[in-house]
Amino acid sequence: MRILAIVKRIITEMFRDKRTLALMFLAPLLILSLMYFLFNSNSTTNATLGVSNVDSSLVKAVDNKHIKIHHYGKNINAKHVIRRDNIAGVIKQSGNKLTITYQNSEPSKSTIIKQSLQQGTIKLKFAALKAATTKQAAALKQQQAILQKLVKASPQLASQMPTSKSKTSQQAPKNYTTSSHYLYGTSKSNFFIQFLPILLGFFVFLFVFLISGISLLHERTTGTLSRLLATPIRRSEIIIGYLTGYGIFAVLQTLLLVWFAFNVFQVKIVGNFWLLVLINLCLALVALSMGIFISTFANSEFQMIQFIPIVIIPQILFSGLVPLSGMATWLQWLAHIFPLYYGATSLTNVATKGADLASITPNLLILIAFIIGFTILNIVGMKRYRRV
Amino acid sequence: MDTVIHATNIKKIYSNKTVLNGVSLDLIPGEIVGLIGPSGAGKTTLVKIIMGMESTNEGEVAVLGTKMPNRAVMTKIGYMAQSDALYDNLSGKENLKFFGQLMGVTGSKLDKAIAHAADVVNLTDDLGKRINNYSGGMKRRLSLAIAMIQDPDVLILDEPTVGIDPELRQQIWAELYSLKEQGKSVLITTHVMDEAERCDRLALIREGITLAAGSPKALKQEYQVNTVEDVFLKAGRLQDENSSNR
Repeated sequence: MRILAIVKRIITEMFRDKRTLALMFLAPLLILSLMYFLFNSNSTTNATLGVSNVDSSLVKAVDNKHIKIHHYGKNINAKHVIRRDNIAGVIKQSGNKLTITYQNSEPSKSTIIKQSLQQGTIKLKFAALKAATTKQAAALKQQQAILQKLVKASPQLASQMPTSKSKTSQQAPKNYTTSSHYLYGTSKSNFFIQFLPILLGFFVFLFVFLISGISLLHERTTGTLSRLLATPIRRSEIIIGYLTGYGIFAVLQTLLLVWFAFNVFQVKIVGNFWLLVLINLCLALVALSMGIFISTFANSEFQMIQFIPIVIIPQILFSGLVPLSGMATWLQWLAHIFPLYYGATSLTNVATKGADLASITPNLLILIAFIIGFTILNIVGMKRYRRV
Repeated sequence: MDTVIHATNIKKIYSNKTVLNGVSLDLIPGEIVGLIGPSGAGKTTLVKIIMGMESTNEGEVAVLGTKMPNRAVMTKIGYMAQSDALYDNLSGKENLKFFGQLMGVTGSKLDKAIAHAADVVNLTDDLGKRINNYSGGMKRRLSLAIAMIQDPDVLILDEPTVGIDPELRQQIWAELYSLKEQGKSVLITTHVMDEAERCDRLALIREGITLAAGSPKALKQEYQVNTVEDVFLKAGRLQDENSSNR
């Protein structure tokens, strides 16, 4: 009941504050759009391609300076090989059927393979066509000579004689049919979709952190917090009311961002959409409880902003925008103290690798531990304003 | 249970500065008690200690027979803080409704309570306005209305009439008297001496102790002066002389 009153109040206040509302919902869309245009051009130049039982003529045609060919035996498991040798893709042939499996963790590499294969098959067709035309021309000449002889011998026959079909195209180009598979992501993957899940988590984290922290700070400085505590409300009811009220906005923000990415940028995610929402909700609650906690160390809105470089920026660095695998070991360990690391990793796994609930559960549990920890700190910390 | 507020020997020390040094205060049903004293005398601290929002170094407070701090008893206390703690983005009515709900008033009871409280402070026509369009006096009145929203047994008002015009002040006092008639108690801190005259009893707090206490009339007789203001001044002078003689 009292929690509900707080939630209602937060929602009403939020809808009255158009600028904050715009910050929460429009600013991420703007940044997302910029990122989309910024990262949508591909830049990687080299890709390793595995071939298994593929016609050597095709392999030769596909090969170019951007491709490094790796030969494999006949019976290999494409996905297994890709994972083991970390190559960008594998082509397998059986008859005229080509099966291409892309790793697709770096979508630009998939693009290189795709383009090379396309060029390769066209090259082959052209070569075959050229060969065919030369042969046909020769055959035609022969036929004409025979015809002329025949016409000379018996003119009546000539009109009755059917034109003999040329048997020239025995060596017609193989018409390859291709089918594509993606280990991670889909054909629509690119840089943008790699960053999108991380950005989703980050936006929710940043805005919820700021808005909840500042709004509790505001309650503290205007005296409404101590006024609240002059009612029989429990300290926990205030904190839970806050978590619920701003949690609702965090979910709305996530829904809007994902909808925008889906419909405007046509981004496809592999995993379950609602898992993304769940992870973001957890992240938002961490940001909320952290924001409220941090706000107790600030005496003004400006001081709250000063926490961004300390609390938020390091989290971005370790959220996966910079690949963690390239970092020094101790830095990799450092990443584990930041909530955004767990959130962003889970979001990436769900969005680009189709991770299911079971595989992200450990990360979710860590996020929930963060939530519980900060929430308890907040409830205890509020004792400063009222002893019960 | 004959005392509404029973505070005994309250001592409060803020980082080596003794704010309250053994203050006692009692409030019985149907009584209006005024806390007077210079700024920084510890009036607000005493009020917060009575509310259970501030800790004491020594002494105890019981409100309505329950030892403070106690969350449940807060339903029965109507509190008006010194600063207007209102939500600027909400309308007057929404503020009243919110605090009413926190106090556990619901449904049609809440609507009635809102209408009544707004009527007392003359804000009925302005309830739809947002607080950031309110004047200082209107905010003060709304804070008072919020304090009365749950029809509490005891009202604790910290300087309730600052910025309120004389006519409305009359109206508010009329309401306080009517509450007194109903057997409710009021603890009020004030700087306005003509308001102090209207209290049943006064407690003059200065430099952390209760310098003088009693009905306005008795105090005036004791100090042989004509107004409460003079009591205030004379008592203060005497205290300063005593401390310098020591």
